[in-house]
Amino acid sequence: MLERWEPVIGLEVHVQLSTRSKIFCGCSTAFGAPANSHTCPTCLGLPGALPVFNLRVAEMAAALGLALGCEVRERSVWARKNYFYADLPKGYQISQFAEPICEHGALRFFVDGDEGEEVRVAEASIVRIHMEEDAGKSVHDGGGGHSRVDLNRAGVPLLEVVSAPDLRSPEEAAGYLKALRSIVRYLGISDGNMQEGSLRCDANVSLRPRGERALGTRAEVKNLNSFRFVAKAITHEILRQAELLEEGGVVEQETRLYDSERDETRTMRSKEEAEDYRYFPDPDLPPLHLDAALLERARARLTELPVQRAERWVAEHGLSVEDARTLSNERGVAEYFEAAVQAFDGPGAVPAKWIVGEVLRELGERNASIEALGLAPDRLAELMALVEADTISSSAGKQVFAALLGNEKRPRELVAELGLEQVSDSGALEAVVAQVIRDFPDQAATYRGGKKGILAFLMGQVMKASGGKANPKLASEALRQKLEEE
Amino acid sequence: MRAPLPAPTLAELSTALEEGRHSAAGLKQAALDRIAALDGELNAVIRTTPERAAAAAAASDARRERGERLGPLDGVPVLVKGLIGMAGVETDGASKILAGYRPPYDATAVARLEAAGAVIVGQTNLDELGMGSATVFSAHGACANPWDPERTPGGSSGGSAAAVAAGYAPLALGTDTGGSIRQPAALCGVAGLKPSYGRVSRRGLFAFASSLDQIGPMAPRVADLVPLFRSIAGGDPLDATCRELPVPEAADCAPSELAGLTIGLPAAARGEGVDSEVIARLDAAVAFFEGTGARVREVELPHAELGVACYYVLAPAEASSNLSRYDGVRFGRRAQGVTSLGELYARSRSEGFGPEVQRRILLGTFVLSSGYYEAYYGTAQRVRGLIARDFEAAFAQVDLILTPTSPTPAWRRDEKQDDPLAMYLADVFTIPASLAGLPALSLPAGFTAAGLPVGLQLVAPAFQEARLLSVGSAFEDAHDFAGLAPVGEEA
Ligand SMILES: [Zn+2]
Repeated sequence: MLERWEPVIGLEVHVQLSTRSKIFCGCSTAFGAPANSHTCPTCLGLPGALPVFNLRVAEMAAALGLALGCEVRERSVWARKNYFYADLPKGYQISQFAEPICEHGALRFFVDGDEGEEVRVAEASIVRIHMEEDAGKSVHDGGGGHSRVDLNRAGVPLLEVVSAPDLRSPEEAAGYLKALRSIVRYLGISDGNMQEGSLRCDANVSLRPRGERALGTRAEVKNLNSFRFVAKAITHEILRQAELLEEGGVVEQETRLYDSERDETRTMRSKEEAEDYRYFPDPDLPPLHLDAALLERARARLTELPVQRAERWVAEHGLSVEDARTLSNERGVAEYFEAAVQAFDGPGAVPAKWIVGEVLRELGERNASIEALGLAPDRLAELMALVEADTISSSAGKQVFAALLGNEKRPRELVAELGLEQVSDSGALEAVVAQVIRDFPDQAATYRGGKKGILAFLMGQVMKASGGKANPKLASEALRQKLEEE
Repeated sequence: MRAPLPAPTLAELSTALEEGRHSAAGLKQAALDRIAALDGELNAVIRTTPERAAAAAAASDARRERGERLGPLDGVPVLVKGLIGMAGVETDGASKILAGYRPPYDATAVARLEAAGAVIVGQTNLDELGMGSATVFSAHGACANPWDPERTPGGSSGGSAAAVAAGYAPLALGTDTGGSIRQPAALCGVAGLKPSYGRVSRRGLFAFASSLDQIGPMAPRVADLVPLFRSIAGGDPLDATCRELPVPEAADCAPSELAGLTIGLPAAARGEGVDSEVIARLDAAVAFFEGTGARVREVELPHAELGVACYYVLAPAEASSNLSRYDGVRFGRRAQGVTSLGELYARSRSEGFGPEVQRRILLGTFVLSSGYYEAYYGTAQRVRGLIARDFEAAFAQVDLILTPTSPTPAWRRDEKQDDPLAMYLADVFTIPASLAGLPALSLPAGFTAAGLPVGLQLVAPAFQEARLLSVGSAFEDAHDFAGLAPVGEEA
């Protein structure tokens, strides 16, 4: 079906900023406090209470805008978006409409290939980034038929990042969202935690006949709160629309909700019921002017972005795109990798292999950050050098790696302490090889009978007999020679 | 009802307190007694605040006994329009939708008044949530004009105007969106100042139209406005629209020499629809100013005539949004027996809001709706800009602009009530200054043959309140009708 139809997808992502206080009052933004304990007249929308803008939000918005190559407006305007809901205390949301803080940028992101295909890099245009306040939360499981409202979240600062309809598959949408999360974490403006709602996504999905330029009618799928659900909901929506079009039907412009339990989207409201938000400039807030000092603070947050960094590593160090993506995803890991490359006298592929293989596995097991690992990049570099120089075997290297964690010892000391220095002395190696051949005569005979594959078993025995210290290259040569001799 | 006994001025009370001839507690009690005696007829006061007043008066008297005094307001009774929130005091904006609502915090103006030692004795009546020109649309019933109880006191700060005219207290706070301080001041024969937009914090003022609302002082005399104005003016970190500018010194607000002053008079001041007796008072004022050596010349405000139309697009638009918070969910009135959220909103709001407020919400919702935004709201914003530019051009030529405050004296309370358009035209002279954010003063300017007060309006460039107050005081000093009381004990 999808040979004929091309999906066209645009995302609207809400990023919850990690300011300590709310966007228009001094209340705390901490997650998980007792209901309504972080509220004041302003975020409760009490009569007479007025908003006062937290400039930190503009600093963070400008930082994201600069990172994505947007125009950052020197003057932007606050607007009211009017609608009724129980968890919207003022009956309107303070947002930006006609003149948002950032416009016209672009985001580069990785896309998982289909089976057998490589990871690739793609780009989507950013239409705008604007600032707004979050609403509260309705709690419907209160019992007694009552719904309750928790306004702790009301007034928590959000950025809404709106992409152009440049995405063409659920994988691209997921890749875009992951890249955006990675960037906001790089900039230190959001924890990007989708479970806690720090990143929320609405997707606009439409189909058009392949080769056509005009856009089809779109449906908006709301409230996607995990990477998996984003891809699943969009997949589902594409298939729904394709089936409809194949049958000669028409796609209605509407808002749909994704039900993750049933894995389906369903109508929330149609175009006819669509809200008229009656936007107008908020008379309580003067237009926002960004001064040079604020822009300077925003600029100070900038750093090379993950995808750009990864692309550079592919070019400079010959990393695979997959490894480069893995290493660039978190700023701490990326910087660790770069420090290890600096400290290591050799190709960047070696630290990449160690960090992807050992360091990230260890972090995953401990669920810890790289800072908590207790292994400075220069110590890792020293360990890598020992392995590369054949001073120790790579399996001994893994032992040393484990021993290095959580102490200050140098790898060299540990090699000596653990007695892991490789045996490269040919006399000693030959003695071990001879002993193994004596101990495993059947296997030696098998080898000599032509089944060369048994060599790996015998090598394993050599390594075992040497306590892992035999230089594998020399040992395997000696073993082959000895077997062939007799 | 009128009696030729002047009510005690602020200066007299303040001196009496200083000299120990009165106590704050005594003045407070006299105010409460006078309200109890007279307000059955006037209905100018929604509720008194005797406990809060007693505490403030006691603190003031204690200060005085220690030989300390916070300034001219220390120990003086004040009334506050019932649209300005007071912590713990039921403040309902004269609306059923807010019945029972007690704000958890004081409005900045209230806090500043009390910090200056003033004793707040109660809340005054108003048109519901500030919307109206006659103090008829009040959940607490209509208010009467002390000069003639058959007539309106004007609105929406009609309660504050009537209360000071009746001598309940020498001072009151009102709020002005399109003329709500100035027009009732004129109709009740008292003085009222609408400060520049951004001069007084709106924090704690229940919003009607945020880009226009200002809190301001009302008193029988222009001179008495000065300390009240100075106490509430100045920047507030809790209101982003309130400007951090120096507050005028009292000396700069004192009566000034009028010679050399240029006063602008727009043609419309004597135009169609203006009552002949109002024009007569205006002419008398012009003659007075010219007699003092001031120059009076015509100025053009070509877009001012669009002011009323512009205002009745912008103010309802903002109001429709500002009033959305009154939804029956978190505070105020909640409809009973509802079965859905939509029904809760619809029923709470139609039961809670009165007819004028509903009319403005509907109008405001319409002009902001996506198909009509440009035609109405967008156009009105542009007109607002033109009106502001007209004033700027005029103030390049003149120091102040003089007009009537209201085109007519107080009308009978049964008139105009069912004719909103006629009511809206009552604000034709006050609205342009509001749209331009300029300070404007209404000062007593004499009486009609029937004994009804007439007020005149002076408008100044932004943040030039001192110019208004000093010229207004000079005018007042030269006349004997300011401070006349409609009611009073026989001498
Ligand atoms: Zn708050």
